[in-house]
Amino acid sequence: MSSAWQPVALVARREITTRIRSKGFRIGTLVLLAVVVAFPVVLRLATGSSAHSVGFTSQNASLVQPFVAVAEASGANVKTATVPDQSSGQQQVRSGALDALVVGSSGSIQVVVDRTLDEGLRAAFIALAHQQALDAQVRHLGGDPAQVSAAVASAQLDVAALEAAPEINGQRIALGIVTGVLIYLSLQTWGQVVAQGVVEEKSSRVVELLLSTIQPWQLMAGKVLGIGQVGLVQIAIVAGGGAIAGLVTGALTIPASAVAGTVVWLVVWYLLGFFSYALVLAAASSLVSRQEEIAGVVGPILMLLVVPYVLGISILPSKPDSRLIEVLSLIPLFAPTLMPMRLAFGGVPVWQAVLAVAPVVLMIPALVWLSGRIYRNAVLRTGARVRLREALRAS
Amino acid sequence: MTNRLEVDAVFKRYGDVVALREMTFEVHAGELFGFVGSNGAGKTTTMRIALGVLAADRGEVRWDGRPIDLESRRRIGYMPEERGLYPKMPVGEQLIYLARLHGQPPTVAKRSVRAWIERLGVAAHRDDEVQKLSLGNQQRVQLAAALVHDPALLVLDEPFSGLDPVAVEIMSEVLREKCAQGVPVLFSSHQLDLVQRLCDRVGIVRGGAMVACGSVDELRSGASSQLVVDVPDAPRGWADGIPGVTVCAQDGTRTVLELPQDLDDQVVLKMALSTGRVREFAWRPPSLVDLFRNVVSDEVAG
Repeated sequence: MSSAWQPVALVARREITTRIRSKGFRIGTLVLLAVVVAFPVVLRLATGSSAHSVGFTSQNASLVQPFVAVAEASGANVKTATVPDQSSGQQQVRSGALDALVVGSSGSIQVVVDRTLDEGLRAAFIALAHQQALDAQVRHLGGDPAQVSAAVASAQLDVAALEAAPEINGQRIALGIVTGVLIYLSLQTWGQVVAQGVVEEKSSRVVELLLSTIQPWQLMAGKVLGIGQVGLVQIAIVAGGGAIAGLVTGALTIPASAVAGTVVWLVVWYLLGFFSYALVLAAASSLVSRQEEIAGVVGPILMLLVVPYVLGISILPSKPDSRLIEVLSLIPLFAPTLMPMRLAFGGVPVWQAVLAVAPVVLMIPALVWLSGRIYRNAVLRTGARVRLREALRAS
Repeated sequence: MTNRLEVDAVFKRYGDVVALREMTFEVHAGELFGFVGSNGAGKTTTMRIALGVLAADRGEVRWDGRPIDLESRRRIGYMPEERGLYPKMPVGEQLIYLARLHGQPPTVAKRSVRAWIERLGVAAHRDDEVQKLSLGNQQRVQLAAALVHDPALLVLDEPFSGLDPVAVEIMSEVLREKCAQGVPVLFSSHQLDLVQRLCDRVGIVRGGAMVACGSVDELRSGASSQLVVDVPDAPRGWADGIPGVTVCAQDGTRTVLELPQDLDDQVVLKMALSTGRVREFAWRPPSLVDLFRNVVSDEVAG
């Protein structure tokens, strides 16, 4: 057993050293990492969820507390600052350091802005004005404003939903999109590297020299395992690096365990997807002898990656609970692209996550057998494209 | 350990085309065996079957009396007809890789690669990609690839094609040396003079079968020798009148004749002297080229 696997290890090691040393791998990994790290930050800036800064003067410092309270209640993200006087405050508004400056007092609130007042802030200020007017009236009627506020705050609305609505969270969407892009790019890239590697050996005729000393299955297994490991290293660096950067910079505030879960699932599905597709791609590319012919044989197979990816990336962000995607993600051919995306978007029942893995794991040995047979019968036949039926027939 | 390669009644068919029919021969330890034949005669198919790259329909290839298997194949040095190495892999690394695939431990592989690239004159290109080398140097690296794992049997398909004269000399020397170490060497070539000069035994293949096999001397026995007569003053057709004599060729003032066994060559000499001066009168054993031509003309006739 060990002697049969030794050539496999040698072939795999050659693939790993050749690929990792290549400039393409290093640059590709760095670019992907940069994109993944930058994406949540860019998304956060684009959706404008950063805190608005509101300045107060010393005359109306008493408004800070109530303002923060109403802003919190209305969901506006604010931070407050006290400015020495009105003119310096206005300077800061003009320079953009402050989004709004509160002047006047509790009786008549005035807000100074550069051009327009943010809608979220406007709602908060109106709520503040209402609150102030209400407090004044309560006081006037001899009541205690604090007591009234407490009573109002305790009155709540209970909503009984018949079906749990998915929680749409901007960060989850970002995570889902990044996961989708990563799994798709990885499977596409490394699948094609396998196909090119097989044809490189055929077109350079080195395959005959190799197969005079090792068996076809050893060459194919070594190639797939070696390239698979290179892809694994890349996706682990990119996904792990992106997750750590997101958590450290605070761009990701969802629980670290959820982020880690997404990364682990991504890697698991990369492995399952890579081995499924790489074996088939190796067999398909062994039918042709020239690099120009690769697209013709691997194109139809790669469409099986493209279609679910396009569906997933266009449907899931707005509708993470899409029934169509749910069903497709349980089908072995589409699971490698769709399941990790769904898992990143969140809300996947555990039974589905597990159920999707099982058929893929069962499918791989069948693919090993089938691909090994095609490869063995086709890889030494250079020249015209080998017909699939001939390759399947025993030589 | 007899260290003998036996090809025994190997039969191979591609669809309707019979590539090999009962191909049979042996290569003994310490023997250089030259494999000659027209294109498509079955030389490459035989070698590919011996290397297990192709499966025979019938028949067997044995080494040391046992059918060749995976384990024994790793000890063969092979040079395929279709040359091939990884174009983008550096020479040294590639050769070490190939030696390792043939089962050599890393340190031995490295030492062996260093020795062979020096011997074959490509040491300066150790770190260059194969595709950057000249065609001649690529051939040298290809030969190194067949030798780095210290093979116990050499099977080389057209090892001399594409080599410059210096490389041909190095190659011949290496083959003789391997042979002297007791390694059976089987190689095919179209350069018949080279085969005649190098080989202990020669096999001539035609239509997928061995039609003549033995040392060049053995092959000559049976084939008639030719008489070369150089008579500068003789008129054209001077020999036509001698009964039983066939004129094979007329090359300037020289005439090449074939005589039946029972004819005394002195008759021919007398006739030649009667025309004037005789500058040359010599029996010439048939060269491998002549023997090969006979076989091929049989093929055309049959």
